[in-house]
Amino acid sequence: MEMIIPILTAAVRSGTPILYATLGEILTEKGGILNLGLEGIMLMGAYTGFSAAYSTGSAWLGVAAAFLVGALMGLVHAFICVSLKGNQVVSGLALAMFGTGASSLLGRNFVGFTIPGLPRISVPILADIPVIGPVFFSHDALTYCSYGLVIFFCWFYSSTRPGLYLRAVGDNPRAADAMGISVAKTRYFYTLAGAGIVAVGGAYMSLAYTKMWGELMTAGRGWIAVALVIFAIWNPARAALGAYLFGGVEAFQLRIQTAGTTIPTPVLMMLPYLMTIGVLLFISIKKGKGIIFGAPASLGTPFFREERD
Amino acid sequence: MRIKVEPRLTSTWKLSVAIPFFSLAAAILSGGVFLFFMGVSPLQAYRAILTSALGDAYGISETVVKAIPLIMAGIAVMLSFTMLIWNIGAEGQIFMGAIAATAMVRFFYTDNKIVMLLLMFLAAAAAGGIWAAIAGYFRAKWNVNEIITTLMLNYVAMNFLNYFVFGPWRDPSSLGFPMTPPFPDSARLPVFWGTRIHGGLVLAIILPLLFWVILKFTRWGYEIRVMGENPKAAGFAGMNYLKNVVLVMFISGAIAGIAGMCELSGLQGRLQHGFSGGYGFTAIIVAWLARLHPIAIIFVSFLMGILLVGGETLQIVMRLPLSSVMVFQGLILFFVLGGEFFRKYTLRIIPAKDTPRKEGA
Repeated sequence: MEMIIPILTAAVRSGTPILYATLGEILTEKGGILNLGLEGIMLMGAYTGFSAAYSTGSAWLGVAAAFLVGALMGLVHAFICVSLKGNQVVSGLALAMFGTGASSLLGRNFVGFTIPGLPRISVPILADIPVIGPVFFSHDALTYCSYGLVIFFCWFYSSTRPGLYLRAVGDNPRAADAMGISVAKTRYFYTLAGAGIVAVGGAYMSLAYTKMWGELMTAGRGWIAVALVIFAIWNPARAALGAYLFGGVEAFQLRIQTAGTTIPTPVLMMLPYLMTIGVLLFISIKKGKGIIFGAPASLGTPFFREERD
Repeated sequence: MRIKVEPRLTSTWKLSVAIPFFSLAAAILSGGVFLFFMGVSPLQAYRAILTSALGDAYGISETVVKAIPLIMAGIAVMLSFTMLIWNIGAEGQIFMGAIAATAMVRFFYTDNKIVMLLLMFLAAAAAGGIWAAIAGYFRAKWNVNEIITTLMLNYVAMNFLNYFVFGPWRDPSSLGFPMTPPFPDSARLPVFWGTRIHGGLVLAIILPLLFWVILKFTRWGYEIRVMGENPKAAGFAGMNYLKNVVLVMFISGAIAGIAGMCELSGLQGRLQHGFSGGYGFTAIIVAWLARLHPIAIIFVSFLMGILLVGGETLQIVMRLPLSSVMVFQGLILFFVLGGEFFRKYTLRIIPAKDTPRKEGA
């Protein structure tokens, strides 16, 4: 038990940035826009969050700045995918490259600096519950926000009018258009909001997880989040499960590395990526065998109002 | 006044040349603005890029050296993109090809240059091909998203490489650097004209021509193109989509693997940590900017070669991180996508007094 609780606690901690990224991507994809640029957006979020927190002294301003920069990147993606009806896969790859390059270029003078970052706050009463307390309620405020976000999105997609409209736009834009919903406006808004949330995930890396900035510090978490959206079958609660699962693998991997094992480090470092493939494979094989697959039907295809099919 | 978007019905070759040209120009311009706000002089940066990459014979030869793996990897991803299969994993396939080629040198060493090179070539093709075919098989059999699997396999391949160069294959006399011992002479490709341009150049010229002929004139090439445009119709016509996904991915990965082998055997002479500077990713831009045309890939690769050589100069002279080249790569992709819009549509300005007959988009 003494071994398990720290690993589970670390799983939540290292799963939180992936959770934000996954939730953001689900929001974007529900509207039918595929955004593969998460890795770049997270890196820009991590850099912006760090530099804003470093220069203002406020970690929360860092979070806000990261959100804005993420939304700005989402705007570029939305412009290309919605207004110019461009290829969403290529636009996403461009975002990933641009974000990777721009964050290293902008952040080159911040390497090696540290900030106090977000403090740990134990939630009174809840933190005293055995197992659950230390695992879920001994973190920072941004982690608690992510719990709230999961609950909010579960409610939003299933029980609110805007949530219903969003799903309509993603599943059947032609019908949504006929209902009087603006497909373009909806897709713009949720691409921006989604990318903003993804960037907050990146900011979590630099503000709460490492409390410093490093080039390429997200190390593929953005891509893992893209895969987790599929694992989560576009369901926010399952996204949390998936993110903590990955956080757990990462925490476990780090722990046995420091414990001094004979397994070489690179082999251990493969684990999260191999697991992503394994999870994707599992989900895809099971698809159509009773599992309800929640992919928005028009995901990845641009909407042409004047064309009839 | 209103702006109306209308589909362009005819496309001229002038447009096909002008649009990539303007896309590239716009990317360079906006990259300059970005550098300016970073406190870096764009003029100075661009001059450094051009003079280092094209200023003298050495610069040009270095640009060609960078273009060689880009052409090969570009052909690799072009092939899968033509079929609308997104192989984003050329980087990992390059790694696997390089690892397999190194394994041949270590375990099947022979003095006979032709046999040695042939062994390395075949091993690299097989390793890269299988690495890509795994993703292709998953995609064909269970519809597993190939973008994610090829990407994840990149990270796995990178860790494989690290395992070997940090571990069992590390050169004991390398003072701790993660690299294998240098290859013997029989495992090295010839170099030309006293430069670092190596035998991979031959493949970089043959492969585009070969695939141009295959895609344009053979039945199989025709099938691949049809499957990319309309998989359903291809199915009705009796074409085997699933078999071809695996096959195309295998060939795609094999070419990337060979690119990795050439890079080691022709240029670097040993396997080392991080030996491919993101060629697999740059290849995606190359293929897209060339609009999936095999011959155009040669020219675009040369352009990208300039950017890569220039990027290294910027790193040394202006102390910019090497990954800042990716800013330009991203910008180029954005503007190419924007350019696609003008290839497909025209904008017509409708004066305000005209009452629109039909509600427009």
